[in-house]
Amino acid sequence: MTDIQYLAPTSLDDAVSAYAGAGGAGRILAGGTDLLVQMQAGIVTPGLIVDIKNIVEVTGIEGTAEGGFVVGAAVSGAVLEAHAGFAGAWPGVLEGLNLIGSTQIQGRASLGGNLCNGSPAADSVPAMVAAGAILTVQGPNGRREIAVEDVPTGPGRTNLAPDEIAVSFTFSPRAVGQGDAYLRMIPRTEMDIAVVGCGVNLILESGVCTAARVSIGAVAPMVLLVEDAGKALIGTKLETSAVEAAAAACSAACNPIDDKRGTIAYRTRVAGVLLKRAVGIAAERTFRA
Amino acid sequence: MAKLHISTTINGEPEEFLCAPEETMLDVLRNKLSLTGAKEGCGSGDCGACSITLDGTLVCSCLMLAAEAEGKEITTIEGMADGETLHPLQQKFLEDAALQCGICTPGMLVAAKALLDENPDPTETEVRFWLAGNLCRCTGYDKIIRAVLDTAADMRGAA
Repeated sequence: MTDIQYLAPTSLDDAVSAYAGAGGAGRILAGGTDLLVQMQAGIVTPGLIVDIKNIVEVTGIEGTAEGGFVVGAAVSGAVLEAHAGFAGAWPGVLEGLNLIGSTQIQGRASLGGNLCNGSPAADSVPAMVAAGAILTVQGPNGRREIAVEDVPTGPGRTNLAPDEIAVSFTFSPRAVGQGDAYLRMIPRTEMDIAVVGCGVNLILESGVCTAARVSIGAVAPMVLLVEDAGKALIGTKLETSAVEAAAAACSAACNPIDDKRGTIAYRTRVAGVLLKRAVGIAAERTFRA
Repeated sequence: MAKLHISTTINGEPEEFLCAPEETMLDVLRNKLSLTGAKEGCGSGDCGACSITLDGTLVCSCLMLAAEAEGKEITTIEGMADGETLHPLQQKFLEDAALQCGICTPGMLVAAKALLDENPDPTETEVRFWLAGNLCRCTGYDKIIRAVLDTAADMRGAA
């Protein structure tokens, strides 16, 4: 019988020192929808579980002075969905998070957990990458900020140091003419893991695309920012030729696995299809008040 | 390893228990508190048979550590009826035969009540999506969905 310790500190400093002190044997508990499954399956046997949900900063949603949002890493899908302003500003991010699992899972699952679990198919991650979200992490030497696209390094692996804890995500204010969207392909309507995911975030000024970020998931060892796809859209009026070029860039960026849920050819092709559809939804959303 | 001493509220009553740090809420409910209404179907958050609410939010008790219950309010299927008076959802599940073997039923009821608490007039699509995390091997779901919709209509009529 292994000795597992459970701590639920109320301050980040206490959480960081306990986590760092566990020397790699610690696991952070946010919603637990990955950690508890891994523990039950015997994949992970932590020496220390640090429950971060009693820390206000990690579980709260704050507005920034500029009109953006700071979303705690452990905020659940249900709580973020109920927030008055966030869904209007970043509907694509919210739909990415809300696609994860069932109503029960939404009661617990978080952006921080989805990112730090390191799944290439994590639904909220392409949406956050497209949104340009910034992750704040805290370790024994203080805080640093890291762009979400720089966090995943491979299946189950991230750029966070073994003693760093994800604290919050910063989302910029929604600009005039901005819209974002996330779509995933699954062979059913609900309760499945993405075969392909695609997040798009763009700005239209008088019909011309002046900024665009595109991210794809489940088609490479980690979620990818596809800069070429964004470039193919910027400066255009999202004509068919421009959107086709962006779709081609998405397909070209794919380096997927071949498994029972989707072949390489299928995933590569669908990445382009989802890009086209997500651009359409994001563009429609630029007209929202 | 020392056990953790947890003080919580279950179905409106103060409750205390000792648990191991890795013990799930579902195991404590069933094995220590004799609240065996929540069922273990999968143990990995896929089937919803262990559904409870935690501070009013629907969760799977198999994916929650018992230690997390400290200071929280939990409701289980055992808290749904008012004494001998069944909740309208429970009554309708009986009348509409919205169950066969019954293993999924406590989770279905807890989840359906959480839906109606939040949305008294859900569409059929909303009910189906809300209950997508509650698996049933027997009914084919239609009777369950209809029972929830019928209950919602009854409760709106009575309100």
